[in-house]
Amino acid sequence: MILSEEQQLLKDSARAFLSESAPISALRAMRDAGEDHMPELWTKMSEMGWPGIVIPDAYSGLEFGYVGAGVVLEEMGRTLALSPFLSSAVVAASLINQLGSEQQKEKYLPGIASGELTAVLAADETGYFDLSSIETTASESGDAYVLSGNKRGVIDGHNADLLLVVTGGDAGMSVFAVESGAEGVSCETRLIVDSQRAADITFDSVTVSSDALLGSLGGASEAMEFTIDVAAACSAAEMLGISIETFERTVGYLKEREQFGEKIGTFQGLQHRAAQLFAEIEVSKSAVLAALQALDANSEKRSVLASMAKAKCSKVVRNATEEGVQMHGGIGMTDEFDIGFFMKRAAVCRQAYGDYHFHADRFASLRGY
Amino acid sequence: MENLETFRQDTRDWLEANCPEDMRQPMRSDEDQCWGGRNWVFKSEGQKLWLERMAAKGWTAPRWPTEYGGGGLSGPEAKILGEEMARIGARRPLSSFGLDMLGPALLLYATEEQKQQYIPDIIKGKIRWCQGYSEPNAGSDLASLRTKAEDMGDHYLINGSKVWTSYADKADWIFCLVRTDFDCAKHEGISFLLFDMTSEGVSTKPIKLISGTSPFCETFFDNVQVPKAQLVGTLNKGWEIAKYLLTHERAMIGGFGLAGGGMKGMGQMAAAKRGTTDGRLRDASLRAEASSFEIDEMAFGLTIERITDETKAGQGTGASSSILKMYGTELNKLRQELFMAIGATDALNFDTDSKGALVRSWLRSKANSIEGGTTEVQLNIIAKRILGLPA
Repeated sequence: MILSEEQQLLKDSARAFLSESAPISALRAMRDAGEDHMPELWTKMSEMGWPGIVIPDAYSGLEFGYVGAGVVLEEMGRTLALSPFLSSAVVAASLINQLGSEQQKEKYLPGIASGELTAVLAADETGYFDLSSIETTASESGDAYVLSGNKRGVIDGHNADLLLVVTGGDAGMSVFAVESGAEGVSCETRLIVDSQRAADITFDSVTVSSDALLGSLGGASEAMEFTIDVAAACSAAEMLGISIETFERTVGYLKEREQFGEKIGTFQGLQHRAAQLFAEIEVSKSAVLAALQALDANSEKRSVLASMAKAKCSKVVRNATEEGVQMHGGIGMTDEFDIGFFMKRAAVCRQAYGDYHFHADRFASLRGY
Repeated sequence: MENLETFRQDTRDWLEANCPEDMRQPMRSDEDQCWGGRNWVFKSEGQKLWLERMAAKGWTAPRWPTEYGGGGLSGPEAKILGEEMARIGARRPLSSFGLDMLGPALLLYATEEQKQQYIPDIIKGKIRWCQGYSEPNAGSDLASLRTKAEDMGDHYLINGSKVWTSYADKADWIFCLVRTDFDCAKHEGISFLLFDMTSEGVSTKPIKLISGTSPFCETFFDNVQVPKAQLVGTLNKGWEIAKYLLTHERAMIGGFGLAGGGMKGMGQMAAAKRGTTDGRLRDASLRAEASSFEIDEMAFGLTIERITDETKAGQGTGASSSILKMYGTELNKLRQELFMAIGATDALNFDTDSKGALVRSWLRSKANSIEGGTTEVQLNIIAKRILGLPA
């Protein structure tokens, strides 16, 4: 369980690029300007080929695998870089690649790989990532389908070009690729805690041609399970990066801040909590790497490991960001200081693609109880 | 790679032909372990054969050099052996402090003559070792130990006592920390000695624990004569060996955190006992706890794997044994708590027969985070040696 030389090189170059091009100060500036995403950063990432990391070579991707995507996401977590990398280039691309026909893959994947096209999964309607109660319907109408329903809390959904809409009903789960500008699609956004916007999207009798259906009608369940695994493991990688960076900043502060005439890092009460957290982060590193490797190998333990990683990292990043603020004391609560940004992004990552409870429950079911 | 595949097939065939049937059953309790030694009475013919056959191949110590009777396997080969043993649920043929603690220290610090003398007997399970470390006034503060070894010309004269000596009453030999210089800083002036527990002046007294069992002893040394050739390493420089050996002890105890081979998962065990509704464990709170535990247990097992791989690749962190010890023992305590919750009122049974095994095992586990350096000592080590927090 170690990174290959190529994976390590990618990680190192991602670290160098992100600390230069997407430091926390860039996120702060974006927020202060009242904006909700970073299109220029995405252009630069695209120039480096990152959007193609998991996409097969046949569709102009790099075919570098999920461990590759994970190491980049871990570094993105360190600097809180905002981009459609996870939502479009990893999650949406994986779903299209799993489910789409040859023609559909050729239509969408090269665009996603180049970064010019962004796609996003529009699945959840409950706020709890409960995909068992999807009410959005697709009814056949001659050679076309008519989609109706509401999707909730699609992060950055208003900036995406393509919506992968999951429908339910008697036919079973299906996925349609719908252009965001299609007639009948409307979108309301709300500001969320990490300065992004989440979109509630309404589909009011949206007519799409039959080639918008990815795979067969009612045939999306298996591909959706794979996509949930991808989303869970990769989002865990991002949370791991947030945990590591928050922790390093906090330990740095313990070595520097003085009270009672001593560095506060000399106090055993703080030392033990820091050591405990370090051990938890070490354990979550292994969880993430195993989950990513299982995706690349498409092993039978894939789903168990993905849910384990998401659940574990959700807990650890909560702990890391909370201890980060607590150990910084009053200054940790100020907007002027950066540590709070990590807590806010962590809150969003923890909810994305199923929270701790969702994945601990899924883990138990997969383990047969 | 081709060689490794051949090795795997050969190993599989050999294990299939040589591992006795009763050695492929999960251990029911600590009583099923084979400790070896001069006075060992084998629990079954299978246990005896299994030890002899594995020892003959050096596979009780797969990675140790063949010149001392070890298996001489490479890292990847040893991993394959472990996997193939796990595949058929083969028990460890020999539980031994010689294998887990003393041997690695001897390989690094002993003279060639000492290696020839002690290591083959460890591998064959002929000598059972115990560890003379803690003293009544030297627990977490181990380096303040006072057991004295005086230079008497041709031998050392040992006086003092040790405590928490695991299985001292059953061991053949002891590896023992003694003070050889009192006029210096406490970490200096400590030496590392080996001697026979049947030497005149050695006596032991078992300590009964809250679990009702007595795996530990008090050990007394009253004018014990130890030949000078039984000093390992340099006089007064034993602390370095002591610490090195402790990293192996921690890794061993940390392994308690791993899921038992061939056993059902916690959640399935709970579901079997408590029942299910629509395929889900009936007690929702217990289900949530079991799931949380299994997530940690799985992530911990992967962490041992990752740290082992990193160490082989030369990327390891020095104090990783402290992480594993701390995490693994806390995890094992939680495991025992959940066993008790699943067993419920039946689990309170304290009978001396197997019916009382659960509660005794639960009580015994509380020592895991104390023995081999408490959880708090491990956290100190992580804070200072890895995180570099100031003293």
